Amino acid sequence: MTSQRSRALDATALTLGFAFLYLPIVILVIFSFNASQLVTVWGGFSTRWYAAIWQNRQLMDAAWMTLKVAAASAAFATVVGTLAALALTRYARFRGRTLFSGLVYAPIVMPEVITGLSLLLLFVSLGIDRGFWTVTVAHATFTCGFVAVVVQSRLVTFDRSLEEAAADLGATPAQVFWRITLPIIAPAVVAGFLLAFTLSLDDLVLASFTTGPGSTTLPMRIYSQVRLGVTPEINAISTLMIAAVTVLVIAASLATKRSAAAH
Amino acid sequence: MSERATRRTIILVPYLWLALFFLVPFAIVAKMSLSQVATAIPPYVPVFGLADGPAGWFAKARELSLDNYGVIVGDRLYVDAFLASLRIAAIGTAILLVIGYPIAHAMARAPERWRPILVMAVILPFWTSFLIRVYAWIGILKPEGLLNELLLGLGLIGTPLQIANTETAVLIGVVYSYLPFMVLPLYATLERMDRTLLEAAQDLGCPPWKAFWRITLPLSLPGIVAGCFLCFIPITGEVVIPDLLGGSDTLMIGKTLWTEFFSNRDWPVASAVAVLLLVILVGPIMVYQRQQARQMEAGR
Amino acid sequence: MEPPERPARGAFAPWDEPAAQPLVVFDGVTKRFGAETAVSDLTLAVYEREFFALLGPSGCGKSTLMRMLAGFETPSAGRVLLAGQDLAGLPPHVRPVNMMFQSYALFPHMSVEKNIAFGLEMDGRPRDEVGARVAEALRMVKLEGLAGRRPHQLSGGQRQRVALARALVKRPKLLLLDEPLGALDRKLREETQFELMALQERLGLTFIIVTHDQDEAMTMATRIAVMDKGRLAQVGTPPVIYEAPATRHVAGFIGEINLVEGTVSGCDGRRVTVATAVGDLTVADAVDSVAVGQMVAVAWRPEKTRIVRGGEAISNGRAVISGTVHDIGYLGGRTTYHVDVSGLRLKAAVANAARSIERPLGTGEAVKLAVAPDALLLLVR
Repeated sequence: MTSQRSRALDATALTLGFAFLYLPIVILVIFSFNASQLVTVWGGFSTRWYAAIWQNRQLMDAAWMTLKVAAASAAFATVVGTLAALALTRYARFRGRTLFSGLVYAPIVMPEVITGLSLLLLFVSLGIDRGFWTVTVAHATFTCGFVAVVVQSRLVTFDRSLEEAAADLGATPAQVFWRITLPIIAPAVVAGFLLAFTLSLDDLVLASFTTGPGSTTLPMRIYSQVRLGVTPEINAISTLMIAAVTVLVIAASLATKRSAAAH
Repeated sequence: MSERATRRTIILVPYLWLALFFLVPFAIVAKMSLSQVATAIPPYVPVFGLADGPAGWFAKARELSLDNYGVIVGDRLYVDAFLASLRIAAIGTAILLVIGYPIAHAMARAPERWRPILVMAVILPFWTSFLIRVYAWIGILKPEGLLNELLLGLGLIGTPLQIANTETAVLIGVVYSYLPFMVLPLYATLERMDRTLLEAAQDLGCPPWKAFWRITLPLSLPGIVAGCFLCFIPITGEVVIPDLLGGSDTLMIGKTLWTEFFSNRDWPVASAVAVLLLVILVGPIMVYQRQQARQMEAGR
Repeated sequence: MEPPERPARGAFAPWDEPAAQPLVVFDGVTKRFGAETAVSDLTLAVYEREFFALLGPSGCGKSTLMRMLAGFETPSAGRVLLAGQDLAGLPPHVRPVNMMFQSYALFPHMSVEKNIAFGLEMDGRPRDEVGARVAEALRMVKLEGLAGRRPHQLSGGQRQRVALARALVKRPKLLLLDEPLGALDRKLREETQFELMALQERLGLTFIIVTHDQDEAMTMATRIAVMDKGRLAQVGTPPVIYEAPATRHVAGFIGEINLVEGTVSGCDGRRVTVATAVGDLTVADAVDSVAVGQMVAVAWRPEKTRIVRGGEAISNGRAVISGTVHDIGYLGGRTTYHVDVSGLRLKAAVANAARSIERPLGTGEAVKLAVAPDALLLLVR
């Protein structure tokens, strides 16, 4: 195999791979501007479906609820996940460490039906009314493991002598944490927050189990509509969500790039 | 704050959170799986209450039984759903590995300034709604969908293919949705690999394709393990993909649990299914967790 | 592997024999990376059984040169020949050349034994031959007991030996060593230098070593090529490079030197007088021909400088420079004096031949520096 041939293979793998990843999304976006009611027949350009969702009160309420849950659960997950990452990297030995590391990583792969059902049963047996807070707690529990992994991968490359230098120069442990440790791991903490935020935005299964009347999330609304059939309105709301996420991700990456350049 | 108090806070806050919201609930699920369904609120018996006192609890504990497990093990439908889930997860993971490895490999060998952009490009679809991405495939795969129109238009087929509502559609959806979870861990290990090892192999007379099998593949084994378990475990319990893309004959256990819970309101049977699913997956989950912990130690 | 007897090092000089066929030839080789030129129109010959050093600061193109020989880079222009054969188009895995990598590049998932056997297995050697040759290689580098270990279970020095054994076990015509001792501590490095030399002589192989460490090059090499910005500054035996550097760059890069800029004020055959800031200096034996008025530099080594108190007399015929001691560096075996002379700082090194705790000179003291005319070098480039 010559290097040209292997380069051609690489290019093919990337082209096909990204085509597979992006084509369905592109098609979805294109058909959101379809004037026709039929999702597969092009009936001319139109933005009527965007106007339709704007008037869909239920959808708008669900979107707002989803954003609130995502923000709150991501905040909890970031705190819990960052502390978990610190515990796992800083303290090599404490009682129940093996169980602890299992508890941190397992929610990442645990099928959501299991997590969802078990949390629901917990809330029922504690007699807690289901709604905004139960969904938030469920999402934070599910996403904090992701935050921990992201922060931990930053912490393992962290040069501990920086903290020792700060302590040597007279900083208290608290000052060391706020002035040295946190600023250095901040990009990973922010990345963890954003990851937790989008995972929460995206979640259907946990929300379905742990939500109550009046706190239906957007994925639940979309799901119930999708099961009834494919409509261009769903394409439109999907396009809006894709646009929002894309802008958010690009803004975040520009911000981290700028802060990296400033250092 | 003293060093000890700091240490205690850092460990205890996440520990208690996860114990309360992740560990304790499993005990409740286990107890629920031994209860019986009832037309009541909550829809099961027995319900333990504080007012019962020790004697009451003991009496109620005798009502618990393994009947639900007997029902599940004795019913072909449940057993088939378990087997189908494991089969789809295994085949899906294998396809993901075959598709994902060349992509990750090519990403790791791309010029350094391109790599962050490529990683971003893999993650970006994952940041858009999972539900929407599965939904997009309905429009593509259904009989009057885009794929059939394209194939008919090209004259490759005479009648529309029935892909939607089959196991094939479920596999397409699984591969599509989980591809980033396979590519990213593979990329992480491949990117970290020391390239001079390949040069050394070549220098010692090893042609590039052989160097791939002798050096690259064995060294990327941790990434392969991580990627495969990161895909296999959640796919086994997948609900949305079989529901939207599968037909009435593609039963997966996650969807069965979902139906038992939401449609049949049979919480005890749903719990028994969850316990069995957990028993099946506990091995893979522990392998994944150990791999993850080792990876983090190695990064130090 | 019984090598033919090699003549003693003093007599070994194939580069001076017109009939000798070089093993390696770089013929007008240029290598560009984008807009940058790493190696520029370079021509060089290396002979069989040489221990040849490519010496220069990082980024001078020495590693690129070696990588072109191993086949990891392709020249942009020019030819690379091995035993008369043009290597163009030959991928690395078919070249009869082996390399010891700077990072050692030991395969982390294979034992020491498997690492060493790798190259032989690639050649499709029979199993018992592989076993015998691996055992022999392990003996050669004194690692018999560690065959089953993984690379991460070895010390730095042991890894270096495994890398060496792995590259040598294939009996290459030519062994390339890329900064082979860079990761070792100083004492181990010095020991290993002599081991490498002994090994090279015993096996009768040709070694090309890339290094930025001048002591390493001086100790081990039959000849040194000093590189600067992709070009050869000078090629020669270690004494030639040290005592007769061709350029200011080579003079400054190898060892310590005093270098004074000036203008040629008198020319009498190879005797050249230069007017400098420290007075007129007469070079007895100038290699390059110069004209009166030309800008040149005069250089001399600190250890070829005598230093005496300001009042003492100096024997005739030497250049004498007066100054004040600024600083004294005591190094045990010798003492280095930094002497201020009309805005310049010159160095004089004195061997501490006698056992004495007293310092003969103090800082701030007025001194005279004396240099013999045949110790002075005239540098035009």
